[in-house]
Amino acid sequence: MDLRTTYLGLELAHPLMPGASPMADDLDTVRRLEDAGASAIVLHSLFEEQLAGEQLATHAALEASTESYAESLSFLPSPSDFRLGPEEYLEQIRKIKQAVKVPVIASLNGTSLGGWLAYARMMEEAGADALELNIYQLATDPEESGQMIERRTVSMVRAVTSAVMIPVAVKLSPYYTSVSSLATQLDDAGVDGLVLFNRFYQPDIDVEELEVKTHLRLSDSSELLLRLRWLAILAGRVKASLAVTGGVHSAIDVVKSVMSGAHAVQLVSALLRHGPYYLKFILDDLVRWLEEHEVDSLDEIRGNMSLERCPDPRQLERTNYMRVLGSWRPAW
Amino acid sequence: MLPREEAIAKIKDAIEKTYGKRGKMVIEQNFAAVDAALAHLHEVAVPAAATSTRHRPPIVSEDAPEFVKRVSAVMLANKGDLLPVSAFPVDGTWPTATTQWEKRNIALEIPLWDPKVCIQCNQCAFVCPHAAIRAKVYDAGQLEAAPEGFLATDYKAGEFKGMKYTLQVAPEDCTGCNLCVTICPAKDRTNPRRKAINMAPQHEHRERERQNYAFFLDLPEIDRTLVTRLDTKGSQFLQPLFEYSGACAGCGETPYIKLLTQLFGDRLLVSNATGCSSIYGGNLPTTPYARNRDGRGPAWSNSLFEDNAEFGFGFRLAVDAHARLAGELLGRLGGRIGDDLVTALLHADQGDEAGLAAQRERVAALKARLAGIDDADARRLELVADYLVKKSVWLVGGDGWAYDIGFGGLDHVLAQHRDVNILVLDTEVYSNTGGQASKATPLGAAAKFAMAGKEVGKKDLGLLAMSYGHVYVARVAFGSKYNQTVEAIREAESYHGPSLVIAYSHCIAHGYDLQFGVDQQKLAVDSGIWPLYRFDPRRVAAGEPPLKLDAGPAKVPVIDYMKNEARFRMVEKQNPQRFRHLMAEAQRDVTRRVAIYEQLSHLTVPTTAPEAGAAAGEKPAEK
Repeated sequence: MDLRTTYLGLELAHPLMPGASPMADDLDTVRRLEDAGASAIVLHSLFEEQLAGEQLATHAALEASTESYAESLSFLPSPSDFRLGPEEYLEQIRKIKQAVKVPVIASLNGTSLGGWLAYARMMEEAGADALELNIYQLATDPEESGQMIERRTVSMVRAVTSAVMIPVAVKLSPYYTSVSSLATQLDDAGVDGLVLFNRFYQPDIDVEELEVKTHLRLSDSSELLLRLRWLAILAGRVKASLAVTGGVHSAIDVVKSVMSGAHAVQLVSALLRHGPYYLKFILDDLVRWLEEHEVDSLDEIRGNMSLERCPDPRQLERTNYMRVLGSWRPAW
Repeated sequence: MLPREEAIAKIKDAIEKTYGKRGKMVIEQNFAAVDAALAHLHEVAVPAAATSTRHRPPIVSEDAPEFVKRVSAVMLANKGDLLPVSAFPVDGTWPTATTQWEKRNIALEIPLWDPKVCIQCNQCAFVCPHAAIRAKVYDAGQLEAAPEGFLATDYKAGEFKGMKYTLQVAPEDCTGCNLCVTICPAKDRTNPRRKAINMAPQHEHRERERQNYAFFLDLPEIDRTLVTRLDTKGSQFLQPLFEYSGACAGCGETPYIKLLTQLFGDRLLVSNATGCSSIYGGNLPTTPYARNRDGRGPAWSNSLFEDNAEFGFGFRLAVDAHARLAGELLGRLGGRIGDDLVTALLHADQGDEAGLAAQRERVAALKARLAGIDDADARRLELVADYLVKKSVWLVGGDGWAYDIGFGGLDHVLAQHRDVNILVLDTEVYSNTGGQASKATPLGAAAKFAMAGKEVGKKDLGLLAMSYGHVYVARVAFGSKYNQTVEAIREAESYHGPSLVIAYSHCIAHGYDLQFGVDQQKLAVDSGIWPLYRFDPRRVAAGEPPLKLDAGPAKVPVIDYMKNEARFRMVEKQNPQRFRHLMAEAQRDVTRRVAIYEQLSHLTVPTTAPEAGAAAGEKPAEK
């Protein structure tokens, strides 16, 4: 069975890999993921905003109350003793590189152009085999148009791709007016891969305490559908390789993703719920399914259900909405 | 004068040098501050003669007592060296209740009350480290003389129905710490960002609130015998006799001391170990311990780190000796005073406020009768008659005292069966001397002598004290359960033997904004790192387990508590691997301790000896 795939120019044994998550924080878990057969390891995102926030918070904690009295100047260790930059993250890249044989993909979320560039270079130097740029912006500013946001994103990506030698993927959210257009622009800017899509925590409301609360909610297979559609629409239209993330929980989900055009399939919720070894379980299941259906290699079916090749492309397009509505009958 | 460009370059160099290790953001913000200052420079014309019509306020008010004007004010003006030795009290005692004359006005913002949103829980008054926000209930008629803008509303609960309620800030004494607003549980439904108290610029509201506060203070204090429910809310209707101390903004220690003075202040003796509480407790020239309208208030003295327990124990012996002498003299003078009064004085039940009030009336009657008796014994009895009213002796200090340097003496005092109460204000570090690790410092915290994170768990002072069997022991954290704190302190006081109350005290040495001190207290308890309990030897006689746990099982991992405080986070910044290791160790340590407490809380103690002739080695039957 030939499960091989090429993602970001990296030759991988198969498409299954853990997506960006805290799983890679723990070396032991990383080794277990490799044992389970992960074809690559994706680290959680380094957040420039968080680094800056931590610097300011630490500064505030060190300075707080130092006006009280002389003894309070030195309650806590002085900064020469500790590190406030991205060192811990870079160190983790190095350690994972030493611990595993599969490619290591670092992930970055920047807030400034300088931050994107500087941290991307540092990650490359630390040994990352590829970069995943984790882009998201909740556009709450009415002064800022979608076009402005897209333009800034594309020019940042262009700057990063020309600053580093390693392949670069961009992880997108589904909330763009024209995902196809942005994907094409990014393709032109030289990205090697697109990751569809970021999942956001959706804030909830506590009506008793009058508070907005955010909870970690793991995905389920229903969330995959949005991704399948956009994979299918982009497949064959961009040079960049495609990865899916968000809602893959079974071998059938993997098959659907590949049929829609995915080169890589990232798992997070399924592994968080069942443990690293679940990757192996899905992989075995995938092989069984392919054998049962007499598929010799994934390339055979990759993109066969894309917009370009599926039997009834209208199902993937907007009109299907009306038809689904039209076929609906009340259940009572 | 340096040329401007050169000077600014040097300033920026100095910023880089000072803050370089703290990251890019910190440097950029400092640079931005310099640039913004340069962009906003403007020339100020200096006239030949002063034209301002504003004058500096007097150091202390004209209404201040003579001593404060003559001595304290001179010291407050930094002119203490001009005072002759003869200006000072000959015996070294200082008048109390003088912080009220030192109006510091240090808050940029103060809390203002919205009566419509308020649920009258009094939690804000409870947590205020400086007694700068207070609640009163009073008769509506009092409002006739209220200044314009004085806020009042109907009291909501049943016990004082028909009366008025006011929550009032002391605008010139508030430190602006924000603790009260952060913990306020009442939100405005139409705009939940607004609470029942909200911070507002002090200078805009100072004048009006000053008048309001003066009026508020003049309102009559509630009759203590009427406050029958002494919980969070009830305790805050009692006048605090510890106010406007020099403790840090947001201090986690002072609310406990304030509570002591509210519950027992008019008969309280405090022996205070050196440390933060001795500095803000007697930070001359002013004193935060105050007096009520009858002129009664705490008597306070500071002793050394290493002998405060013994020092306070001496208070107990002295009080007992005076009371004994008063009893003897009563017996000798019996018939001349009146047997009924003597009997009533000697057998008074002083278990509650009504009993104490009745005894005070008897002492007043006694003094009146003594005045008419021409006898040396009558003169001697006059001197000690006040000791016939029950006194409350408290030994107060921090963890450096109780766990470390004064522990030998503390243990010795616990081992005596005398009625002393011990309040340990546990900040888990030597706060006053600059953050050295004490044996109370928790596993994983960075402190001097444990900069890489302390490897050994916190000493369990409570468990050690429990091992005696006759010691009342409680562990409290007001932010987690206000009522448990009040309950424990009252039980400790009522217990006729040594009592030890270990109080969680958030502190600037922990490295976070103290307006979240109460949130951290909750997390400390919810994670099991600070178990709440009361061990009352009196329960043994009733066949109950003496140890009662006051918090449920741990709800969150300890890291949820620790990650909010720089004392733990600094370890991560130095060595993430060690941090993870210490966090795992800390969790194990907490799990172990919680399990021990859980098992102890089911343990009953037999009250009778095993039957004679029981087989050797056989365990006595458990009840």
